[in-house]
Amino acid sequence: MAGITIDRIKKTFGAATALAEISLEIADGEFLALLGPSGCGKTTLLRIIAGLETQTSGRVLIGERDVSALPPKERGLAMVFQNYAVFPHMTVYENVAFGLRMQKADETTIKREVERAASLLHIEPYLDRYPAKLSGGQRQRVAVARALAVRPAVLLMDEPLSNLDALLRLEMRSELKGVLQQSGTTTIYVTHDQTEAMGLADRIAVMHGGVIEQIGAPQTIYERPATKFVGGFVGSPPMNFIRMPVAGGRAALGGFSAPCPGAKSEIICGIRPEDMRIALGRSGLDFKVSVAEPLGSTLLLTGKVQDQLIRVAARPDSGLKAGDIVALEPEAQRIVWLDSETGRAVGA
Amino acid sequence: MTNSRLLPYLLIAPSVVFLILLFIFPLVQTIGLAFTDQGGASLGNFRKMVGDINFGVSLRNTFLLVAVVIPLQIGLALGMAVMLQKMEKGRDLVLWIWTIPLGVSDLAAGLVWLSILQDRGYLNSTLFALGVIDSPTNWLSYENPTALFVGIVLAEIWRATAIVLVILVAGFQLIPKEYFEAAEVFGATGWTRFRKITLPLLKPSLQSALILRTVLAFEVFAVVYALGGRNFPVLVGEAYTWMRDNQNDGVAAAYAILIMVISLAATLVYIRLLRTKPEAQA
Repeated sequence: MAGITIDRIKKTFGAATALAEISLEIADGEFLALLGPSGCGKTTLLRIIAGLETQTSGRVLIGERDVSALPPKERGLAMVFQNYAVFPHMTVYENVAFGLRMQKADETTIKREVERAASLLHIEPYLDRYPAKLSGGQRQRVAVARALAVRPAVLLMDEPLSNLDALLRLEMRSELKGVLQQSGTTTIYVTHDQTEAMGLADRIAVMHGGVIEQIGAPQTIYERPATKFVGGFVGSPPMNFIRMPVAGGRAALGGFSAPCPGAKSEIICGIRPEDMRIALGRSGLDFKVSVAEPLGSTLLLTGKVQDQLIRVAARPDSGLKAGDIVALEPEAQRIVWLDSETGRAVGA
Repeated sequence: MTNSRLLPYLLIAPSVVFLILLFIFPLVQTIGLAFTDQGGASLGNFRKMVGDINFGVSLRNTFLLVAVVIPLQIGLALGMAVMLQKMEKGRDLVLWIWTIPLGVSDLAAGLVWLSILQDRGYLNSTLFALGVIDSPTNWLSYENPTALFVGIVLAEIWRATAIVLVILVAGFQLIPKEYFEAAEVFGATGWTRFRKITLPLLKPSLQSALILRTVLAFEVFAVVYALGGRNFPVLVGEAYTWMRDNQNDGVAAAYAILIMVISLAATLVYIRLLRTKPEAQA
């Protein structure tokens, strides 16, 4: 068990900057998700922590120990790869035992640890089989068991569920969470899937263009995004961003008006689709519905408020349809005010 | 309907005709030649072959060459392939240069090495210029069998390692790099990774390379002929001599049959020894 310190890690590939001086603290036993779109640098950061890639500058500390210059095997970590990387020429047992064999553990220890890891991941029936005979989900379990068998101080996971189909992904997600909570391993989990990050992590670091836009608990990231990018990337459908003119400390648009921070003449009102009420008979933002999509639990309305595209999650029984015009009332305390130029949250 | 059913057969027909005319037919004819003597079925040609003074020597020489050349070539090609994998820049250029000998015919390759190793060749001129030797040494004579053998081995390695390399490089490219990374993360050293991951995953390619190279090595002729003439008898050389000089097609055919049987046996051995269990395939 160990915490991790990422100290001003920078990575450039020629003229391109993949990571711009990233610093990050991960507590012992914490589950941190690195979330971001492809090309944001999250996998590069993970590979630098693993030692599979060399940083241009900066340090990586695992449990107070500077591992920046150490090869992967001396860093005391385990990793689960996106395509599992379960060795095809070894049985499941030998795959799970691989790390222990490399540590020259004795046969009794190997057997005990392999069986422990196998039972955590429910793969005992397959120990004698070769990976080719297993389904994607089972191979994923083998990859996780192989990582946990060495009782690593740190577990790194690179998009481990992205090759599974949707239903299996959901199932593995909750199971992974259970297994990792039980083992208390410090985990860094790279994903581009915000529901995965939300569901699994203690904290999420949202990355974009080689920098961390925001670090925080999933609910904070969701409710109080620090930037426009975070609000738009986390949540499906994404947060709405409505530009409003400001006069006398109040932002106003159509029949809506609310006090806002900052002193500029324009501000962005960030509001989640589910945080807008349909104000029947009262004044609000005039919303013209152009598409209505019944999604079961909600009715997703897409339309425009004064030429700005927004989405609203209405009650499924609200009976709204394309062409309707309604007044929207954003819940004041759920609004995130963002600077119209920098896209950063203001006030709060 | 009929047309589309016949089409596949029509399309493979030329190659089938080609193989029957130029492969099956000569094969049957060779078998016939080998097992007939003076108009009747007989093992006479084989008796004559085995009884010949050069038979034992050529058999021994051929096996010796295979036993020395093949392991060296596989080892070298593996090393070269691993080095290519590690290169970040200029990989294609190096691979291209390394495979140049593939484009040289084996007789031409033999002549290249002859020009280096003969008594007035480049090697002797260099050694003489450096003052290592006082007078030209005849490396390729029957009086100097070890030097002749080493010369042939060198020429064969230079000429035919590239084909092994090409097969192994192709094999390497089929192995996802995550396997090596996973092994590295879980504590395998470079040598362990090579033994436990690279070699097993490369086994199918190694098998192809071994079969191809071994079969061709049993057929070694032109390089040996260019460098040593009959001072270093090999099986195919004997077949050639029996046909050209002795005008005896029967014994030449017997040699051909023997070489075929040895090649088939070697192939079977490789297939058995390097079998990848179907369930253990990637």
